[in-house]
Amino acid sequence: MNPQRFVALPSQTVGPFFHFGITTDPDLGDLATPSAQGEHIELRVRLLDGDGAPIPDGIVELWQADSTGKYAHPNDTRDREPDPAFRGFGRLATGDDGACTFSTVRPGRVPGEHGAWQSSHINVCVFARGLLGHLCTRIYFDDDPTLAEDPVLSLVPAGRRATLLAHRDEGYGCWSIDLHLQGESETVFFDL
Amino acid sequence: MKIYPRPEPGDQPTLFHPAYQSTIRRAPALAPVRIPHTLSELTGPVFGDHALGETDNDLTRHHSGDPLGERIVVAGRVLDEDGRPIPHTLVEVWQANAAGRYRHSRDNHPAPLDPNFTGAGRALTDENGNYRFPTIKPGAYPWRNHHNAWRPAHIHFSLFGPCFLTRLVTQMYFPDDPLIPHDPILQSIPNESARRRLVSHFDLSLTEPEWALGYRFDIVLRGRDATPFEDQR
Repeated sequence: MNPQRFVALPSQTVGPFFHFGITTDPDLGDLATPSAQGEHIELRVRLLDGDGAPIPDGIVELWQADSTGKYAHPNDTRDREPDPAFRGFGRLATGDDGACTFSTVRPGRVPGEHGAWQSSHINVCVFARGLLGHLCTRIYFDDDPTLAEDPVLSLVPAGRRATLLAHRDEGYGCWSIDLHLQGESETVFFDL
Repeated sequence: MKIYPRPEPGDQPTLFHPAYQSTIRRAPALAPVRIPHTLSELTGPVFGDHALGETDNDLTRHHSGDPLGERIVVAGRVLDEDGRPIPHTLVEVWQANAAGRYRHSRDNHPAPLDPNFTGAGRALTDENGNYRFPTIKPGAYPWRNHHNAWRPAHIHFSLFGPCFLTRLVTQMYFPDDPLIPHDPILQSIPNESARRRLVSHFDLSLTEPEWALGYRFDIVLRGRDATPFEDQR
């Protein structure tokens, strides 16, 4: 074997006992400070297993652009500053109901391939006991009139696109989405 | 510009791996949908020095007294798939104590907690990609996956790397652990060469005389430089 070969390490599960290690900071549920620009929202994300049972030992991580569609990262080289009152990254453990709720703003649209614009979306990583590698998905908003033009959604079979849409939940008074790791309404996960 | 080739078959775990029972109702049944790498995937959270305390990387110094167990130093470099260092990236670790018990309300393994050991640490890599965690060698512990199931000693690692595509949560194992061949979590990785990459190496140069043994664990994250050949494909 060539000793100079560098290969990315394999993933392993977070296991059930990660809380004291990487989800100790409740501030990571707030991506936006009150002065952040844009439409402030609460977003409830719930993890469900193949039986529809809540997953009480999972982690949800969010990564998103600010309300103008700017990512706070050097690879976003477009000539404007990201909103200093907005963090872009969130991380929470799920509770006994399988859910966690973030405070954020609706992200602006960001460019995709070949000059196309992507619809407003939040990038998501899901970790849990029983997940040997993390799952990647996106959250879109079901009232967004541009969804039909989104170049990534168009790669998803039409019948499964709804699994990626958050909706306004009157019961919780916030935006809400269920991520089904398995089962009839299994969420679309991405091969990145 | 960096590119992020997808892993070779067998180098990552098989998500549905019934020998690890929790995968049976949690691993997706459908194939993931392949999408291109846009600005959303090529960016990711950036963490700065201000987030870290001075002793965050030393798990033996988080309480007033010394923790029990075998003191060790776990250190290595974070690299990309060209072998180039990844500087200033966040590395988080968590682990059981020397008796194999986690500081966690749902861990009811009847082994003692250590009042002087929490078992969580974090560090930013330096400009050459180096990280270092003085800690205690974790114990093996039983779990209920199957009759007489024991996890090999391990330390959980979480890394972000330069973008959303480089996120990695994994586990580091110790050399010559007799439980490794019996562990369905590590054995969920089909390729033996890939499993071996998660096993640290004893390294005399990392030991500290009269103080601690040393284990080296280099961490390769996705990503390498594009070559003209690949740009044409």
